[in-house]
Amino acid sequence: MRKTVKKEDTYYENIIKKGYSRRDFMKFATVMTAFMGYESSVVSQVVKALETKKRIPVIWEHFQECTGCTESFIRSDHPLVSDLILDTISLDYTDTLMAASGHNAEAAKQESMKENYGKYILIVEGAIPTKNEGYCTIAGRSAIEVLKESAAGAAAILAFGSCSSWGGVQAAHPNPTGSVPVDEIIKNKPIIRVPGCPPISEVMTGVVVHYATFGRLPDLDSMGRPKQFYGKRVHDSCYRRPNFDAGLFAETYDSEEAKKGYCLYKAGCRGPVTYNACGSMEWNNGVSFPIKSGYPCIGCSENNFWDNGPFTERLTNVPGMGIEATADKIGKIVLGATAVGVAGHAILTNLAKKKELKAAHKMAIKNKKRIKE
Amino acid sequence: MTAKTYNYKRVYVWSLVVRFFHWTTAFSTTILIITGFIIADPPAISQNVEATNSYWFGYVRAIHFITAFILVAAVIFRFYWSFVGNRFASWKNFIPFTKKGISNIWHVLKIDILLMPDKEHKLSNISIGHNYLAAFSYLIMTLLFVLQFSTGFALMSPTSDFWFTDMFSWVLPLFGGDIPVRYIHHISTWMFIIFVVVHVYLVLYHDYVEGRGEVSSMISGYKFVRSERFNKSKIKNREVLSDE
Repeated sequence: MRKTVKKEDTYYENIIKKGYSRRDFMKFATVMTAFMGYESSVVSQVVKALETKKRIPVIWEHFQECTGCTESFIRSDHPLVSDLILDTISLDYTDTLMAASGHNAEAAKQESMKENYGKYILIVEGAIPTKNEGYCTIAGRSAIEVLKESAAGAAAILAFGSCSSWGGVQAAHPNPTGSVPVDEIIKNKPIIRVPGCPPISEVMTGVVVHYATFGRLPDLDSMGRPKQFYGKRVHDSCYRRPNFDAGLFAETYDSEEAKKGYCLYKAGCRGPVTYNACGSMEWNNGVSFPIKSGYPCIGCSENNFWDNGPFTERLTNVPGMGIEATADKIGKIVLGATAVGVAGHAILTNLAKKKELKAAHKMAIKNKKRIKE
Repeated sequence: MTAKTYNYKRVYVWSLVVRFFHWTTAFSTTILIITGFIIADPPAISQNVEATNSYWFGYVRAIHFITAFILVAAVIFRFYWSFVGNRFASWKNFIPFTKKGISNIWHVLKIDILLMPDKEHKLSNISIGHNYLAAFSYLIMTLLFVLQFSTGFALMSPTSDFWFTDMFSWVLPLFGGDIPVRYIHHISTWMFIIFVVVHVYLVLYHDYVEGRGEVSSMISGYKFVRSERFNKSKIKNREVLSDE
């Protein structure tokens, strides 16, 4: 698939060769600038970088995953976005999408990794099992081995999806395969988390273009996610937010309030605790996102989201205390026990300190009599 | 025990600053608990209005945030005051890991909690300011305050530009995201409620059993101390409190 591409070519040359017009290219640069969160004056910088800089090769590894991230990626909003990265420019190896297979595919990967040692971006989709290396083998080699080999020459690693970012569904309790995210195996490379189940595809393209344009990785927040896309909670860009501030809540899904588009906070929406760009970028060509479709956010881009209690309830269960043990239930029981304890202590005080209290009382009565009127 | 009348003298224990701190904390904690539970599970009180015309939930949150800042200011000031205030306000009261402190805690546990008879009735066993067990519970509450502040301000930090709230943004990755942080914030609210119940009860208990004006002391600042406790001072007509 990359036979048509000479590795010396710039992004622009590749696009023109593929038959796109200059106008398409300008559109792409503008869209990418907007996605990355920059103002329109940066467009010229992006254009210049894509015209002059050599393409950055990308190698995409798949481990314990469902390929949902790839599915999301090929449904990219702007056709040029996926085309550019997928067909023309950068993707040297991805076992799901590439035409080659078997030894040829492996050879292409080895060749690319050798040629671009220290320069390519490694995308990892899926978690890595640690309990038994046999749980996930590709071409007869274990996931850990493959990851370590690909990571050795990578300039940066993009953990694409919740599995490679946090562990995902296979790392959910009881984590039978001992799955871990990428950053627990690879310690010496910059790792960018692009969590989501799946994540928004433009985010990944945005990171690659950012790296191509500015020659450095985007700013990351304290949890290793690109700030442009994960700087805000879904709640902060949600179109239902005015209902939240006004105290207009839907309690059940098919209620009149839900039809009116009231806030889904009480239906367990994780929007207020989830960092993602769903509210502003939306999905499938900006058609919709879960809350817009009437279902509360389940917090799929948050760490450990599978284990954080029922999706449709605000308060998660207390771990190790049974299914129905929410903090409020336990709190009420402890409060009741405290009240009983306090009342018991008050009664016992009167019994145990009877002598002292009586003596004091007697004395006080005596004193009262002694007062001169 | 023979019935006997004691002479009590008024002693100024809680300075105005300490009393002001106490009631600021009491009121703001109450407001924070109430607004906190409303935020956690809002009642569906408004229906059939346009969102444009209503903002009550936003105001509840605003009250919660403003009160939090008042409380944190009060706690920071109290921390400072524990170094410059009088000896009943000093930080030394809150750390009971001395011989005197531990024996006092044992005494309080035996007499007040297990309600054993006080046979010897030593004067030195009765504290003038905080008893060491109570003071230690306030130290634990202070640590809970720190936990509550750091989780609360951490949750606020992503939408805030204020350097003070941003100072706590490291708490989010420490506990693994907003969900667990919010959860810890919610659970420790219950600990404050339990504390308030026990604290208020024990104040009433001490007032009832000892009759030294425990309840009113946090309003007036005065407690009543037995006259045996005073040294005769060399200065004429003045009595100075002995150091136990």
